[in-house]
Amino acid sequence: MEVQKGELFGLIGPDGAGKTTLMRILMTLLIQDKGMATMNGFDVIKDYKKIRNMVGYMPGRFSLYQDLTVEENLNFFATVFKTTVSENYDLIRDIYIQIEPFKKRLAGKLSGGMKQKLALSCALIHKPEILILDEPTTGVDAVSRKEFWEMLKNLQQKGITILVSTPYMDEAMLCNRVALMQKGKVLDIDTPRNLVDGYTRKLYAIRSNDMHRLILDLRSYEKTDSAYAFGQYLHVTGKDDEVEATEFENFLMRKNHQNLEVFDIQPTIEDVFMELLGIEE
Amino acid sequence: MNQQVPVITVRNLVKKFGSFVANDHLNFDVYQGEIFGFLGANGAGKTTAMKILCGLSSPTSGEAKVAGFDIYKETEKVKRNIGYMSQKFSLYEDLTVAENIRFFSGVYGISPSDRKEKQQKLLKDLGLESAKDSLIGSLPLGWKQKLAFSVAIFHDPKIVFLDEPTGGVDPITRRKFWDLIYEASDRGITVFVTTHYMDEAEYCNRVSIMNAGRIEALDTPENLKKQYSAKNMDEVFLKIARNTE
Amino acid sequence: MKQFIGFLKKEFLHIFRDPRTMMIIFLLPIVQLLLFGKVINTDIQNSRIAILYQSHDNTTREITSKLVSSGYFVLGEELMPGDDVEDVFRKGKVKMVVTFGPEFEKSLERDGKAEVQLLADASDPNTARILTNYASGIINDYVKKEKLQNLQLPNQINTEVRMLYNEGLKSVYMFVPGIMAMILMLISAMMTSISISKEKELGTMEVLLASPLKPIQIVLGKVTPYLLLSFINALTIILIGVFIFGVPIKGSFVFLMAESFLFIMMALSLGILISTIAPNQMVAMFISVLALMLPTILLSGFMFPIENMPLPLRIISHAMPPRWFIVIIKNIMLKGTGILFVWKETLILMFMTFVFIALSIKNFKIRLE
Repeated sequence: MEVQKGELFGLIGPDGAGKTTLMRILMTLLIQDKGMATMNGFDVIKDYKKIRNMVGYMPGRFSLYQDLTVEENLNFFATVFKTTVSENYDLIRDIYIQIEPFKKRLAGKLSGGMKQKLALSCALIHKPEILILDEPTTGVDAVSRKEFWEMLKNLQQKGITILVSTPYMDEAMLCNRVALMQKGKVLDIDTPRNLVDGYTRKLYAIRSNDMHRLILDLRSYEKTDSAYAFGQYLHVTGKDDEVEATEFENFLMRKNHQNLEVFDIQPTIEDVFMELLGIEE
Repeated sequence: MNQQVPVITVRNLVKKFGSFVANDHLNFDVYQGEIFGFLGANGAGKTTAMKILCGLSSPTSGEAKVAGFDIYKETEKVKRNIGYMSQKFSLYEDLTVAENIRFFSGVYGISPSDRKEKQQKLLKDLGLESAKDSLIGSLPLGWKQKLAFSVAIFHDPKIVFLDEPTGGVDPITRRKFWDLIYEASDRGITVFVTTHYMDEAEYCNRVSIMNAGRIEALDTPENLKKQYSAKNMDEVFLKIARNTE
Repeated sequence: MKQFIGFLKKEFLHIFRDPRTMMIIFLLPIVQLLLFGKVINTDIQNSRIAILYQSHDNTTREITSKLVSSGYFVLGEELMPGDDVEDVFRKGKVKMVVTFGPEFEKSLERDGKAEVQLLADASDPNTARILTNYASGIINDYVKKEKLQNLQLPNQINTEVRMLYNEGLKSVYMFVPGIMAMILMLISAMMTSISISKEKELGTMEVLLASPLKPIQIVLGKVTPYLLLSFINALTIILIGVFIFGVPIKGSFVFLMAESFLFIMMALSLGILISTIAPNQMVAMFISVLALMLPTILLSGFMFPIENMPLPLRIISHAMPPRWFIVIIKNIMLKGTGILFVWKETLILMFMTFVFIALSIKNFKIRLE
């Protein structure tokens, strides 16, 4: 795979898909068994020192010093990268300004969202050309996640190439391009738009009053291929694309479902991923 | 779902840590067999409230009853009647599936003959019969989560508390997990669940959204979306969080 | 350089922010020293003994009064032949029973031989050993001086060696070097290994490795604070030893500090070595305690004399760095000798340091496992 300069590239997949391992290889922290990888043209094995100078990295776990204050953490990482906070303040200002009121607080005492902002500030302090973020939004609430992606968009506009991993499918739509990963393999790489457009099967959204019974009934129906819950609707595919909405509707009416709704729906990236998973298995 | 029988009642529940109010006058009921979504931003006070309801922590003031037992005086009875599963701790990785089941059966006083019977059914339902003597650590995450849930309701608790049960698994496994939740709910077990996946909020019968220690909204996903004129729960959540900031 | 100073600053913040670390560094040495020096005092004073006379004569009376007037012993009971000796021990009334053989004086004068039996309560072997040593020393001394005859007495152990450089037989003289070795080992080896493995455990090592910091900077940055603190500790222990317990420094103070410095370097490199193996703080702690602290206490000759150990342990004790260090400081402090007498031990310590550093470099990873 290739990531273009200035791109916001997403590695999407569940735990165990190999996202972290790939990032660590790119970060020169692990050595691959086979094959090669370059960052800005530098080989991840031979030129690891150069890469370590120009990449910003935020590992999956919160990896700052909990017993140091916000300010001390930031200053420490600045000196480690032979720079100062004031020198690159422009880049981190938008993010850091939100945690600045707490700069005397120990990092361990920050809330989840603030920790994340501090970690991002520290990863950015040396003006990296490439930013690698390993599951920055895992376990973070929806509001903080949204804010975080807005920050990433801003950074991208400043010309930083960003490689980010996430288990949340909905975040895939926010990337320029994504790689869908599962069990160490890349299932597909494309823009989210193309991935969704590449989904050619007919997809129906179905709901009724009793969703659980609805799933069970649909799965027992011989013309159903898959039926999965998606928010308030079920997303259902037929055995082949000839299966019409009315067929589902009639079947479910016979099963006494109330307030039935059946209609065509555009797939989401999650549908695409699940389809790919299905093919894999 | 039986709307008439509350299994959790919370009245004016307050929990303070020093001057910090983690739970500010919580009031809600959860009914038997209900799937109750307990949402909120990080640090909104979800974990604190959940600990209180599980009998692990005492509130500063207010009343709460879980499975009909007072959480101040009858914590032991509360604990007997609930199940708990979190993403962080579920089962012992270095014990086999059968050993884990035996251990947790022992904890809840299930007789060996009952255990054998239920264990067989459980493994059959999950399709894990062949994995009976495998170490938990060697199983895929999705299986572990399913097992952890099944073990959490092995003693037929009235309520099961799930703390972000589906973190980190692929979308199909996540949905299969919800099938189990629905089944438990059909059997009359109340499911009290926290999650960061907003689409999962839609699967709940009712959802409460916490912010800064207070419950800002509590209703069916349908009504919440109408009330906040939002397309989905994600928007509802964002609106509530933004409003109160 | 600026990078390095930044790193040092961070390390000191870690140390000063953690009350437990602060306690280990600043309180532990003092507490240990006072504890060993004052409370767990193995000096023999007024130990109760019993005398069993199978013969009453001048010599036995004189020996008895010598024993009692030495200040080490108090006469608890006088037993007669036929009394149950074991019973006296069981009741815990006395620590030792001295039995004079029949016709003591006569056989001494006639055959140049007499029988004395020293029976000690060895449930506390250390004390028993010291008691019998002292008693036989006193008896031999008396016989040599008073009788001027070549006499054969049981337990005629040459106690002079032990007493030569420690005439007062003060155990604190033994403890100061021992505790110094132990504390330096604890702070240097254990604290560095814990502090490095802590970074691994918390995931911060991942960030440090992914930064332009060189491994040598990370290691030196970790080690330097503890080098300083250990040195301060060595000084504190020596000062307490000299001013509170009156331990002399007969040799060169500078030389003493130089040797301490060498020992600290050795312990630090050992600490780094441990941290390259240990994946987290708990393992580092375990290795440090099991592989360092216990052997330091048990096998270095600090608590138990090496010459009394069974052969396998004696061989193992050679691999214990504190063993050599204790020999060195005892020599410098108590005998006043210089490098000429301790060059062998110094070389051993240097060699160990070198080996530990070499192994650490070989083991240190610039990447994750």
